[in-house]
Amino acid sequence: MSLSTLLVLADGRLPAGAHAHSGGVEAAVAAGRVHDLATLRSFLVGRTATAGEVAAAFAAATCRALTGPQLQDALGGSPDRRGDEPGGPRAFAGVDSDRVRELDDGIDARTASPALRAASRAQGRALLRAAARIWPTTPSTTAGKQPHHPVAVGIAAAAAGLRPREAALVAVYGGITGSASAAVRLLGLDPYAVHALVAELAPECDRLAARAADRADLPVDDLPAGSAILLDIGAEQHATWEVRLFAS
Amino acid sequence: MRPEHPARAVRIGIGGPVGSGKTALVAALCRALAGELRVAVVTNDIYTTEDADFLRRAGVLPDDRIRAVETGCCPHTAIRDDISANLDAVEELEEDLGELDLILVESGGDNLTATFSKGLVDHQIFVVDVAGGDKVPRKGGPGVTTADLLVVNKTDLAPLVGADLGVMARDAAARRGNLPTVFLTLVGDPGAEPVTAWVRDRVAHGVDPAAADHAESAPPHTHSANAEPHGAGAG
Repeated sequence: MSLSTLLVLADGRLPAGAHAHSGGVEAAVAAGRVHDLATLRSFLVGRTATAGEVAAAFAAATCRALTGPQLQDALGGSPDRRGDEPGGPRAFAGVDSDRVRELDDGIDARTASPALRAASRAQGRALLRAAARIWPTTPSTTAGKQPHHPVAVGIAAAAAGLRPREAALVAVYGGITGSASAAVRLLGLDPYAVHALVAELAPECDRLAARAADRADLPVDDLPAGSAILLDIGAEQHATWEVRLFAS
Repeated sequence: MRPEHPARAVRIGIGGPVGSGKTALVAALCRALAGELRVAVVTNDIYTTEDADFLRRAGVLPDDRIRAVETGCCPHTAIRDDISANLDAVEELEEDLGELDLILVESGGDNLTATFSKGLVDHQIFVVDVAGGDKVPRKGGPGVTTADLLVVNKTDLAPLVGADLGVMARDAAARRGNLPTVFLTLVGDPGAEPVTAWVRDRVAHGVDPAAADHAESAPPHTHSANAEPHGAGAG
């Protein structure tokens, strides 16, 4: 695994469409639920514990499905300690496309709001396009051209030579920074203070990513299914607005 | 696939500051060209679908030929640094409408530094207006300096705002070298004749094969399982 490759995929400047999405912050700001640093902190903690954990789990499971369990079995031990060889894009051990489609369906089932499903697929499509241009070995899967975003993260991570834990990290960390930067733009919050919040949540990202990697082989029905009902309601209302700055 | 027409539609970006007349120019171009070319439009207004709604109300194109992109407070990002939402819109237009000759991508109103990525468009037009001050061409910036066509719009307002068109022409020439600049008033020239002629010429030249490859949004590597049926009988 290459740490620099992980940074490439986790970079907010990766041209994968994330800048146009607020992760629900725009709706929460309009509803008055997020209006300062303290309320943004609550929002980020809640979102990370629900949507963030789901995203991490499905990104890790997708990456595992595409990099295959064979290698880890052969080497023994924890699959996420097997990749100590030099990183970089590499061939796939085995493509379990049915598993990827099942994972994609699993996110559908966990996402009550049609607007959020559409936003997730739009970001998945954009990330897949970016991955295909950056890492030409990016495989097509039975999840199609517009997978849910966490599935696309798993596909991109696999193509980049990353492991399930890194895929999960990209998914959960990206959710936090996307929401945080939207709050900076919408509320004019002090960017240093907001980044201090992001840094404060870094250990939680690590913890969720490790858990996601540990559970990457579980049946889809046993993967995390947390949801925040206000995110769903907010997204549905947001989609009907005449004037909005973010796509979701 | 249409091997007899390997090149995709020519994509032309139209950028410029807020209120300089980008949407009115797009409407004029559509009116002038929709009879002879297969045209579609992507708008990037920071406020959801206002520009797209304007074009629909103006009736210059059928609804399904206009797509609106949301840009998350950053109109320049969506046309330059992260073009994915715009590429999605372009792809969807081509998928839904079949072959097109011209796709106009109108940026959200932005500042003088905004330019389009070559990964998104083949050519770009930058629109400034005389009411924004006759110093704008002298101030330069990538839009004024490097756009393939600079449009100085609303020349009918020049006497009202004390703008000196001669100064603007001189400064634009100094900034732009051999790149063309046109002066436009949609009041006196509702067909935007000099811009329409320039666009028609770009479409006639088609897409540079190298650029077509560059601006292509490559799908993920396909396996044979995804192969589509071939031949005239399919579908």
